[in-house]
Amino acid sequence: MAVLNIRRPGRLAAEIVCCVIAALVAIPLYWMVLSAVRPAGELASPKPWTLAPTLDSFKRVLDLNGFGRYFLNSTMVAVAVVVLSMLCSFLAAVALTRFRFRGRTVLLVMLLVAQMIPIEALTIPLYFMVQSFGDTVPAFGLNQLLPLIFVNLAFSLPFAIWMLRGFVAAVPGELEEAAALDGASRFRFTWQVLFPLVAPGLVATSVLSFIHAWNDFLLAQTLIYSDVDNRTLPQALRVFFQPDQPDWGGIMAGSTLMTIPVLIFFVFVQRHLVSGLSGAVKG
Amino acid sequence: MTTQIAPAVAELAPVPPQPASTRKRRDGRAAVLYLLPAGVLLVGLMAYPLYQLVQISFYDYNQAQASGAAPLVFLGIDNYAELFSDDQFWSVLLATVLFAAVCVVGSLLVGTGLAVLASRVRAVPRMLLFLAALGAWATPAMAGSYVWLFLFDRDFGLVNEILGTHGHSWTFGQLSTFGLVAAEVIWASFPFVMVTMYAGIKGIPGEVVEAAQLDGASWWRTATQVILPILKPLIVIATIQSIIWDFKIFTQIYVMTNGGGVAGRNLVLNVYAYQKAFAGEEYGKGATIGVVMTVLLMLITVLYLRAQRRSGWQS
Repeated sequence: MAVLNIRRPGRLAAEIVCCVIAALVAIPLYWMVLSAVRPAGELASPKPWTLAPTLDSFKRVLDLNGFGRYFLNSTMVAVAVVVLSMLCSFLAAVALTRFRFRGRTVLLVMLLVAQMIPIEALTIPLYFMVQSFGDTVPAFGLNQLLPLIFVNLAFSLPFAIWMLRGFVAAVPGELEEAAALDGASRFRFTWQVLFPLVAPGLVATSVLSFIHAWNDFLLAQTLIYSDVDNRTLPQALRVFFQPDQPDWGGIMAGSTLMTIPVLIFFVFVQRHLVSGLSGAVKG
Repeated sequence: MTTQIAPAVAELAPVPPQPASTRKRRDGRAAVLYLLPAGVLLVGLMAYPLYQLVQISFYDYNQAQASGAAPLVFLGIDNYAELFSDDQFWSVLLATVLFAAVCVVGSLLVGTGLAVLASRVRAVPRMLLFLAALGAWATPAMAGSYVWLFLFDRDFGLVNEILGTHGHSWTFGQLSTFGLVAAEVIWASFPFVMVTMYAGIKGIPGEVVEAAQLDGASWWRTATQVILPILKPLIVIATIQSIIWDFKIFTQIYVMTNGGGVAGRNLVLNVYAYQKAFAGEEYGKGATIGVVMTVLLMLITVLYLRAQRRSGWQS
């Protein structure tokens, strides 16, 4: 690429700067893991290593505070949100890019507007809504995981549809005409032609939905306000943080446990993510 | 607003060639079916609550009314009038706008700068940078907030150890607290910008740049007059996304300042609304702040898109 055409010494300097920045960006994560395996007495040490790694903090987090339970809750919510969100947003994205109908542009603009609505403010009506749901259907009430799933799902949709649109639009229109000439119904075209072609986009979008649901603290805090068993990970992490006497070892161990699934997900889909984001933008 | 965003939206979708009205009608029916699941969820769990939010903001709605112990009193715009005459609201609003601006500008500058850097180095340093960035991106807001708090902790923090400022509290002063949270937010959000911009830079055909250089354009001219205009649509979208995200920061402020800082001086609108509603049990007031915030965010986005259009983005 012509953009890269610069003289060698310049490039070497750029590479050194690049590595230094990479190290700086990585420090918080490294420090998190390091502090999680450090013995309690060593926590304030500025040494970037430890000679006596221990799993004490992890044990404390898992045994005493039932982190496993919360981990499971978070996983259930996030996985349900991802699967349902992919399904709904794929169908919606197909309709918005492939079909011609009145009001399409209005819907697209509304998707953008929907992303501006502060979820935090909506927690007020949502709280009362879920409360009244619970009066008729207990599984849908406060302190239950089901409403949390659906609310997270709804809030993940605007961005997911927005992003998937790019992928669906990137599939050439001739394919659809060819499929129609071959006598394939619209339904078959959607699932047998579009779906596999858009799969990388679905993967990329799913990461963002996953993170969205996995990270959510506020909705969980609002809708599951008192039931200790149905808490999610972000809520559980706050238990360790007593403002005057924070258990830093425990917090770092919990943070590590919470970050690992997302990291794995990221590494897994890294390639698709890059093409996905540019695809979402360029179409 | 419609006409401004629409081209960016609609031009991406190749419109099927046959404009027959029968097709349109059939498309319309299929579209309804395909849009149904997402539509039901969005209407039921987003549009309807939003309508309720606006409604609540017109009432005197506290714990007593919520539990049905006291009758609902319609206030009209009284909540708004009271909010606008409250000094704390204006200072929180100012803090929110400044804080979001710092986060947006910061993550855009850092992200774009690093994308350019990444496009000019060999594979190994680039991979290291991307790995580190993906790690920062993947860190949940809650975990990231705690890690940064720990790094800057008064007694246990690495930063105080290195600087020799043992016992200095970074989370006491208003500015240093906002700065710390902004640093965490930028750390977590620049990777999105970087990855997007990097993909954009990679997508520029080599011939375009070569042609400019053959015409004798300097490196700086090539960058600002050839590459930047090509990247502009990407920058616009990254900016809008960042504005939307950073204006609504909640977890980081809530966790790192422990609910709004000393005497609430690190509040942003979002946390302010939440505290008013759930800690203060003044749901009507909380809802009012929420409505104001939504309107404000839309306003900023429209103004930004306008400015973009004036500077010739729409081509």
